[in-house]
Amino acid sequence: MVHEMPAGTDDLVADLVAALGIDRVVAGGGARHLYGRDGSIIEGGHSGPICFPDSTDQVADCVRVAVDHGRAFVPRGAGTGLSGGAVPCNDPVVIATTRMNQIHEVDTERRIAWVGPGVVNLDLTRHLAGTGLHFAPDPSSQQACTIGGNTANNSGGPHCLAYGVTSAHVAAIEVVLSDASIVVLGEEVGDAVGYDLRGAFVGGEGTLGIATRIAVRLTPDPPVVKTLLLDFQSIVDAAETVTGIIAAGIVPAALEIMDQKAIHAVEKFVNAGYPLDAAAVLIVELDGLPGGVAREVEIVEQVGADNRVGTVRVAADDAERELIWKGRKNAFGAIAHIKPGYYLHDTVVPRTRLAEVVAKVNAAVERHDLIVINVFHAGDGNLHPLLVFDPREPGTLERVHAAGEEIVRISIEAGGVLSGEHGIGLEKRGYMPLLFSPDDLAAQRALRDAFDPHGIANPLKVLPTSASCGDVMGLPEVPEGVWV
Amino acid sequence: METFRADVGSTGPVCIRGGGTRWSLGGDIGAEVRVVHAPSGIDSHDPAEMTVAVWAGTTLTDLAEALAEKRQEVGLDGPPGSTVGGSLAVGWNGIRRLRTGTARDTLLQAECVGADGQIFKAGGPTVKNVSGYELCRLLVGSLGTLALTGRVILRTRPMPERSLWLRGSMTPAEVERSCYRPSSILWDGSHSHVCLEGYGIDVDKEASDLVEHGMIEVDGPPDLPPNRHRWSGELPKGAVLDVAIGVVHCHGSGAAPEVDPAVKVIADRLKANFDPQGRLNPGRDPYMVSE
Repeated sequence: MVHEMPAGTDDLVADLVAALGIDRVVAGGGARHLYGRDGSIIEGGHSGPICFPDSTDQVADCVRVAVDHGRAFVPRGAGTGLSGGAVPCNDPVVIATTRMNQIHEVDTERRIAWVGPGVVNLDLTRHLAGTGLHFAPDPSSQQACTIGGNTANNSGGPHCLAYGVTSAHVAAIEVVLSDASIVVLGEEVGDAVGYDLRGAFVGGEGTLGIATRIAVRLTPDPPVVKTLLLDFQSIVDAAETVTGIIAAGIVPAALEIMDQKAIHAVEKFVNAGYPLDAAAVLIVELDGLPGGVAREVEIVEQVGADNRVGTVRVAADDAERELIWKGRKNAFGAIAHIKPGYYLHDTVVPRTRLAEVVAKVNAAVERHDLIVINVFHAGDGNLHPLLVFDPREPGTLERVHAAGEEIVRISIEAGGVLSGEHGIGLEKRGYMPLLFSPDDLAAQRALRDAFDPHGIANPLKVLPTSASCGDVMGLPEVPEGVWV
Repeated sequence: METFRADVGSTGPVCIRGGGTRWSLGGDIGAEVRVVHAPSGIDSHDPAEMTVAVWAGTTLTDLAEALAEKRQEVGLDGPPGSTVGGSLAVGWNGIRRLRTGTARDTLLQAECVGADGQIFKAGGPTVKNVSGYELCRLLVGSLGTLALTGRVILRTRPMPERSLWLRGSMTPAEVERSCYRPSSILWDGSHSHVCLEGYGIDVDKEASDLVEHGMIEVDGPPDLPPNRHRWSGELPKGAVLDVAIGVVHCHGSGAAPEVDPAVKVIADRLKANFDPQGRLNPGRDPYMVSE
């Protein structure tokens, strides 16, 4: 059933078409249904007309027309977000950046590239092949997600342990604000004077404005990369190894743990050679200059031995490295072997408490009669418990909800936070008071209102509110092909 | 925090003073304004978390000494006597920022007293966190105009096994091409000064490559003049350019860079939302600094 559009929509569409052209606006029921959701489990969002601008001025036009018609707007990249940040509430104008996918300028000398927000993350790195440089943030969705979306969510990925999340790689951003004005935040080199508005904007989940051009920093490719696969008979030993490696003064490029259920699911799917009898595997990636990497391989082997490691497999070549990573990055595609649906969580805990928290999370989820699989960024303490279920079984969704809330509570009690890289969106705005006091939230509101005083940019996201987002519901069927 | 909150109170102009090493930055504070100080002391340093919880009144020197016991350091910078809180409020990056990270990346969590006299918390204790808005980013470099910071959690990094400075006539671009991620590249108008850090074996190898190009090993960085302004293409006599961050260390005081009026609109709204009466550090303007 197609949701009825509010009165005045025909005039809105006509003005958008007049501003952008007929081929830049869609408003049919099928398209609005499609753009009513994103990569999250949240459905029930209601999209107004969807615009596909191809320039900064056209984005400003979209915003101006939306404001003239009393509508909000929602920025949208590839729609791979997992917290409902791009789910439209109450028929806003959706501004999709898909067509703004040009790499405008690459300056290898100064290690800066200006890109459109619709550039796909992996496309930029592919474009840079041969320059000795790359774009460091590498979320597992990097073959689909956009740099605009990475900026909105301050995205991470396995390699942000050593290189930092997106914010560390965005130097400047051209932004269209909710009054349709255009402003550049940040500087190509160094910090802008005054308040760090660039830093505030990154991670703003599209509620502070919409990025139209982004200057990203490019990182030199490491001369040497070594990828190790360690297996353990207990996840506690794997987690203790992670703590031991960091305490030894090493910051690996990546530290990823997969538990036994994940290993089994992945092996069937990818044949990465993960040992099926292990309770957990730990992927360690070390990079840098050859002397240091060789030393660090020895230290990791020693820390592993101190924690009862089974075998340590050091990838012999790029092909073996890629196979090890293929298993990790495709972990969740493999889950369909177990049950048709899954709900992916994202919290952070102090890394020294990882083992204890994973045990508590597993026990809590199993109490709700659900299967839980763990594949996570252990080096950052970033947990990704994955609840696997069949949504057709009656009562399942209620249990998934209840288990999800318990995971959040367990993480916060352990000194953790609500989200490490997926963001708050609609999914977790109700949990914000678990982590923040009313005064903390008032300060966050003061930041949001300074950028968007009238609440026009992606309203109802991030901060808790009693206002409803149409008839958005909790956990319906689960989208296919979600990455973590 | 309660004592600090009571000191700040909820009415009347108030300013916060750390070591006073950069007291004139961003404009003068009236003589009659009440002065408060943040508490000092290190609560906990956890090397395996790569974080340290510290009171804002702690000096950078005391913090560095405590962290060095576990061979870690933080990416904050200031003259001797500077405090953690003051250095965050100023937001200067150290010359080794390519290794230590920026001041803005260093602050993970801050407990502050707002203009209304209430305590609020910005950010979170973990290194990775996207729970809500990035308030910490706004506090660094704000000269205490949005809130007064009492206690913080900072990101720490391992100290390098070896640290080596070289000086010579290679240009910064040549140095950058020849080394993988040097910690610092400075340019004094005729010479590059390069800091190589990491494992001894790698540092020695890269250093020997630079020596072949005429660079020589020196004891440390050049003497840096006390003032800073943004690089605008000209290097005054005796000044030193920090290439990575576009900052010139110089003797004279530079003018504040021009700011886009659209940026100022957001900045003014921020100030109005956080401190409607203008009671926090009155007279200070983070846009009236030259860097």
